[in-house]
Amino acid sequence: MIWQQIANGIATGAVYALTTLGLTMVYGVLRVLHVAHAGVYALGAYVGLWAFRFTGNFWIGLVVAMAACALAGVLIERFLYAPLLHLPRIIPLIASIGLFIAMEEAFRIVAGPYALAYDAEVRFGSLALGPLRLTGPQTLILTVTLVLLGLLWLLLSRSKVGLAMRATAMDAEITSSFGVNTRAIIALNFLIGSAMAGAAGALIGVYDNQVWPTMGSVPAYKCLAIVVLGGLGNIPGSVLASFLIGLAETLLIGIVAIPFPRDALAFVAMILVLMFRPYGLLGRA
Amino acid sequence: MLSGYVVTVLITIGIYVILALSLNMITGYAGQISLGHAAFMGIGAYTSALLYTRAEFSFWPAFLVAGLVAGAVGAVLAIPCLRVREDFLAITTMGINFVVEATFLYVPFFGAGMGIGGINPPSLFGSEISKPGFLLLVIGVIAAVITVDRWLARSWIGLAWAAIREDEAAAGTMGIDVVRFKVLAFTLGSAGAGLAGSLYAHFLTFIMPVNFGFGQSIVILSMVVFGGIGTLRGPIVGAILLGALPEFSRPAMEYRTLLYGILLLLLMRYQPDGILGERSLLVRGWHALRQQAAPMKN
Repeated sequence: MIWQQIANGIATGAVYALTTLGLTMVYGVLRVLHVAHAGVYALGAYVGLWAFRFTGNFWIGLVVAMAACALAGVLIERFLYAPLLHLPRIIPLIASIGLFIAMEEAFRIVAGPYALAYDAEVRFGSLALGPLRLTGPQTLILTVTLVLLGLLWLLLSRSKVGLAMRATAMDAEITSSFGVNTRAIIALNFLIGSAMAGAAGALIGVYDNQVWPTMGSVPAYKCLAIVVLGGLGNIPGSVLASFLIGLAETLLIGIVAIPFPRDALAFVAMILVLMFRPYGLLGRA
Repeated sequence: MLSGYVVTVLITIGIYVILALSLNMITGYAGQISLGHAAFMGIGAYTSALLYTRAEFSFWPAFLVAGLVAGAVGAVLAIPCLRVREDFLAITTMGINFVVEATFLYVPFFGAGMGIGGINPPSLFGSEISKPGFLLLVIGVIAAVITVDRWLARSWIGLAWAAIREDEAAAGTMGIDVVRFKVLAFTLGSAGAGLAGSLYAHFLTFIMPVNFGFGQSIVILSMVVFGGIGTLRGPIVGAILLGALPEFSRPAMEYRTLLYGILLLLLMRYQPDGILGERSLLVRGWHALRQQAAPMKN
């Protein structure tokens, strides 16, 4: 029973990690609270579903979803955030909320208000680690997440582009004075982060076997709490916070059965942590 | 005379004007982004509703206590907010909104999912006031809020807020007690929201947790930003226009929310100062016109 809940928590945490990575990367380079990121996540689920229905192959659906979301992310950066960066923070924030509302409505109008089934049968073995048993879909989510995280880690720590990305997140002005094209690096951050959100959307669509217009509503705000909990702009911090919240939610609700809404838990954790560590778990001033 | 429908719409808009003006004190004058204003509206509404239905208070004292309680809670909740800045603050206030809504929704004392019903409109001299009477009451409260707003904006409190908004570190160096003035902004703004919440409860006669969720906070913040943040006219005009929008967009019901999202997006992109902010097209055009007209007067 408890191990089953832990397995659920790990799968939930993996999806949070994929979704929040993009948010934290975007924040790292632009200092924008990218609420519309959750719209990109829902877009990933819809595109993944559509490509799956068209080709009958889950993996093609996943790749197409990631590509579509990468493109959407780059367009959002180019046409929405780039012109607003010199303005007070609240302006891009409201613009992002507006875009998110519009995206949710566009999904409803185009695909209908009801949930669509995403019954891709992915053959993926279940995994047993001692008493911990992960079902096929859970193994799939965890594997894809770990592979993508591994690739991102390699890119950031072992390549010149990764070095430029880290430098841009620290100080874009100084980095550009060293001859780095920071505009391209910022776009790359959006591209990678949005592709990850697209993967998360497609994976959760298959895991829950449904895709619906407002599926991004809860992640839109909960992921912000997770990102802040980990330390805004801090990638390892947001991965850590994702798994912590994923596990805490499933365990507290599943085992202890506290009478509190699951989705408010991340915010309680965030407020408590901020009282003692105002820059999040792994964040620095 | 105004029809009942028009009066109902006007009262709703009037309550939004109070909410927008009170949020403008926190976010516009003191520069502290709040994404949780509806929580304080909810605290006011629930305080007033509980006092009225369970403690046999009449509307008038319940209304005042609602403002006091919301202001006091705002002051207390400002303390965790003071530890964090800007983006952390935005998300902390958002979190407060979710937690407050969850508390209303899950604690039986607050009526849980059923909310609280049986809240009657205010009475005056022994008889319940009519709808136009309620509208006058709302307008009276707006006038009081505007008076306080003008007094604050012109006093040293307004100056201190502006200093904190523009450069917190510099304001602190100049000897401004940053913590005290931030708490003051949250207290006054939350109290205003509490008063609006009380009016809302006694106007609708029943309240539910969902009325005070994060979505409501976004609606209020949109009104402030839409009209022009940090000015007096901006939040008023923003609340009137966005408050009336649902009534005028009835023919396009299906696309209403889509249009709302796109409107916010385009406005921020092309008129980030709102329609009546200092640097907006309309206000600059108005100044240009006045300058052109000025030589003709002489």
